[in-house]
Amino acid sequence: MGWFKRSPWILHYNATSCNGCDIELIASLTPLYDLERFGIINTGNPKHADILAVTGSVNEKSTQVVRNLYDQMPNPKVVVAVGICATSGCVFQDCYNVQGGVDKVLPVDVYIPGCAARPEAIIDGVMKACEILEEKYAQRKKSGKLAES
Amino acid sequence: MNALIFLIVFPLAVSFLALVPPLSLAVRKGVGVCVNIVLCAVPIYLLVANLDQGPAYFHLESTIIDIGMLIVELFIAGYLIYISFTSKRYLTALLVIVQSVIMVSFEFTSGHGMQIEHSLFVDKFSIIMALIVGIIGSAICLYAIGYLPEYHEHYREVKDRRRYFAFLMYLFLAAMFGIVFSNNLMWLYFFWEITTVCSFLLIGYRDDEPSRESAFRALNMNLVGGVVFAIGLVNLYSSSGIMELDKLLQTDKGMVLLPAVCLAFAGLVKSAQFPFSSWLTGAMVAPTPVSALLHSSTMVKAGVYLILRVAPVMENTAAAKMLTLIGGVSFLVTALIAISQSNAKKVLAYSTISNLGLIVACAGVNTAAAVWSAILLIIFHAVAKSLLFLCVGIVEYKLDSRDIEDMDYLIMRLPKLTAVMMTGMAGMFLAPFGMIISKFITLRAFVESNPAMAIILAYGSAATIFFWTKWMGKIMSIRHGVAEVVEHRVSRWEWITLGILAVATVVVCLAFPFFSFHVINPYLLEVFGKTPVVDAFNVMMVFIIMVGLLIILPLGLLFYAFVDKNYKRVGIYLGGGNIDNITFEGAMASTQPIALKNYYLEKYFGEERLFNVGVFVSLTLMIIMFGVAVI
Amino acid sequence: MNELYALIKSLSVPERMLAFVILAPLAGGLLSGIDRKLSARLQGRYGPPVLQPFYDVMKLLRKERIIVNKFQDFPIVLFLLFTIFSGALFFAGADLLLTIFGLALAGTFFVLGGFCVSSPYSHLGAEREIIQTVAYEPMVILMAVGMYQVTGSFRVGTIAHHHAPLILYLPGVFAGFLYILTIKFRKSPFDLSMSHHAHQEIVRGITTEFSGPALALIEITHWYEVMLLLGMVYLFFAFNPWLAVVMALATYLFEIFIDMNYARFKWQLTFMSAWLFTAVAGVSNIIVLSLMR
Ligand code: SF4
Repeated sequence: MGWFKRSPWILHYNATSCNGCDIELIASLTPLYDLERFGIINTGNPKHADILAVTGSVNEKSTQVVRNLYDQMPNPKVVVAVGICATSGCVFQDCYNVQGGVDKVLPVDVYIPGCAARPEAIIDGVMKACEILEEKYAQRKKSGKLAES
Repeated sequence: MNALIFLIVFPLAVSFLALVPPLSLAVRKGVGVCVNIVLCAVPIYLLVANLDQGPAYFHLESTIIDIGMLIVELFIAGYLIYISFTSKRYLTALLVIVQSVIMVSFEFTSGHGMQIEHSLFVDKFSIIMALIVGIIGSAICLYAIGYLPEYHEHYREVKDRRRYFAFLMYLFLAAMFGIVFSNNLMWLYFFWEITTVCSFLLIGYRDDEPSRESAFRALNMNLVGGVVFAIGLVNLYSSSGIMELDKLLQTDKGMVLLPAVCLAFAGLVKSAQFPFSSWLTGAMVAPTPVSALLHSSTMVKAGVYLILRVAPVMENTAAAKMLTLIGGVSFLVTALIAISQSNAKKVLAYSTISNLGLIVACAGVNTAAAVWSAILLIIFHAVAKSLLFLCVGIVEYKLDSRDIEDMDYLIMRLPKLTAVMMTGMAGMFLAPFGMIISKFITLRAFVESNPAMAIILAYGSAATIFFWTKWMGKIMSIRHGVAEVVEHRVSRWEWITLGILAVATVVVCLAFPFFSFHVINPYLLEVFGKTPVVDAFNVMMVFIIMVGLLIILPLGLLFYAFVDKNYKRVGIYLGGGNIDNITFEGAMASTQPIALKNYYLEKYFGEERLFNVGVFVSLTLMIIMFGVAVI
Repeated sequence: MNELYALIKSLSVPERMLAFVILAPLAGGLLSGIDRKLSARLQGRYGPPVLQPFYDVMKLLRKERIIVNKFQDFPIVLFLLFTIFSGALFFAGADLLLTIFGLALAGTFFVLGGFCVSSPYSHLGAEREIIQTVAYEPMVILMAVGMYQVTGSFRVGTIAHHHAPLILYLPGVFAGFLYILTIKFRKSPFDLSMSHHAHQEIVRGITTEFSGPALALIEITHWYEVMLLLGMVYLFFAFNPWLAVVMALATYLFEIFIDMNYARFKWQLTFMSAWLFTAVAGVSNIIVLSLMR
């Protein structure tokens, strides 16, 4: 029946974002865009989340944090890189402390381009992520992995 | 009758035996075990033998005994005066002198003419008290065998006076049996004073300044109670010529109101109600077995026992209303203060006063339903609270602290003990267990007769939930990783006692319908001529919850421990900054440990803030109580 | 009206219990969905589908189980079981006090669950949950006391069949009950220990460490609890069943309205105001009643 795409909960983490993408992500929850009509909730807690939305490139300080958060999310889970920084590191990628996009640390499933990413694009990306969530669940089910970790 | 006398004389004999030096340690331990078994068995025998019988009264040729008691009393008075002078506490000496003068002059003026028909008696209520004293008392004495060596290892500066300790404990047990079986009020008074003295000496066992201080405070307050007790007796005899408990209850109520109030006052002091609560919190310096036996399960219960006995005399008077309110105030205020305490023994002490307050309030209400719940409260509280005291006593040594804040992860460090402790706590405040069931009954009793008390009960039980839940949460928190288990050094004696009491906590709840129908109801029938109506459906539901818990809890724990494999273990959420499970990365890449502390709400429920309020209010109530009795 | 009455009356006790066990989560979930839709509308949003709470729970049940210690889910299971049990007792017409104590037991298990994971956020949430419990408990007990004073019985069955409207005798108690109902429904301004709204200063409070299936259980328990509490509201108007059902729903809508209009209180204010309100509204009502008798 596709429960996952009806109720994807987001954890938003700001790796080194300039706040532009953050604000757009929050904006998509506001009355104008209203992400919640898709059942999407912004939780503050990795243990409740299905989608990890990372904004900004990953640097030395945030690497471990992103990993920790990802590890604490229950399967199935997807990672969405919001904005061009999170996608590739963008103009910051040659900074001495920047590792690059989120995909240097975590397996990213959806890339949302833009600087800053537009709310429409974010919604679109999250809906894509929902499809992948369903796929991952189906895979887990098929491989009988539901029983163990 | 022989059983009664045996129960009084036997512990007395044992107590003197304990003082005999040549017996070796092993022999004494063996004797101790046998004695304790006997002390358990005889009250049970009494229960079985008297199951279908009404109260029985016994005549005893008492002239010699009376003289003997007087001599002992004078001897004790002399001893007390001596030590109060040596430690320069003249108030104590003064109180002792006043009391002795009253008693001696009374003895010489009216002692000859006094006709005591029945000196001893036994009814269902006495049997219940005897069961509590016998079973819990002997269990605690067993515990003390394992506890005291460790105590002295721990406090090397304290002089090792184990024999003296055993002597006092058994002497105390004898006196307790004396209190519950005496019909002759002079005897009751005598045993009453013995418990006071035992309590005094045991609180001062450590023999350092703080404990001496507490001991004298307890002694002074209880002596005040004793003086009022004595005045009550003199007044009773001069106004109506009565010196027996059963006759007191049968005479015209208006005539004996003042003596009854005096006796109730003595009971209030003994059960540490406001304004006399400070002696009990101070008494927590005593070794744990003392706190468990004297200051939670038996001696303070003697106070409410006496109040319950004389309550019918005060029925429907303003004095009874005041008594109810004093109990209510003590119940509410101490429950609130307990929230602000982090010293485990103090929490237990305050919760004890609180529950005794509830019993006193029930006695003041004095309907069949209220007395029924009062007796249930006495039983359940005695078992669960002594268990908790004993647990805290062990924890104190293993962790070198009696502070609740140091009991983090206790379930990992002392797993079995924590399980026992949680049984005790559940017994104190969780639903299918005894205390909450009694509160449930108490509430019904209050609603019918005194809605103001129902309000106090509503607030008070909320406060009770607060301090128990946070303590329970503290000890059962688990962290990932290993903690050093420090349980192996708990002695066999201590385990046996804890086992007995933990099982008893559960069993008294399951056996409560039996007790209610066969023991308490007959008593109520005698006193009130009716029994409270029990909703059979409710009893059944409580039973189902209880049995359900007994089945679900172990099964669930086993399931989660061994069967359940379908999980992934992750760290706790620390904002992604986890280093490991007990530390996280703070500012400037520092390693910060996590520390979890409870709320104590000092600002709202601080001791110094509320204690004096309680004292003031109850003092006012007490003055009114005497006022209406004198007029 | 009479058909509903007849229907309820025709059920035996076990049947009524069973009906509660099956129907309560459906109704509770639906109410919660309406709640979310309505809240969104009040904020000028479109809002999720009405069935969204069920979608959430179905999803949560399909998630992987992650835990921080082996026993953490056990208290949650007990929380659910005892909530259901007290609710079933209530709807079977049993003793009101027993229901209340059962609910308190269930609540204690929830708090212990929050403590046992020993995580800072859930620890704080658990502490706050206790404070909330202490804040509302007196009023809940006083409600039972008030109902007893009017009807002479603690049995829900008897109270529900009382001929006179309870609300006329217990306006103060009802007001007090409404006040603490906000706490029990976990609505703003009293959603201290865990919130249904996204952002909170202590993350997700007491539920922080519970995820997937365990979180689903907590959610379902909440539905049961809501139905049980609305059942208590029903009792105030039970002289006319239709009116009572309408009033129960109106109460729920009222709570949503409050939720939308208030920022979160501090625990100090929550606690003090709840006790004060209980004292003013509930206690005075009860004293007046006892004077009337
Ligand atoms: S993509 Fe642009 S808006 Fe977004 S974080 Fe990077 S710089 Fe800021």
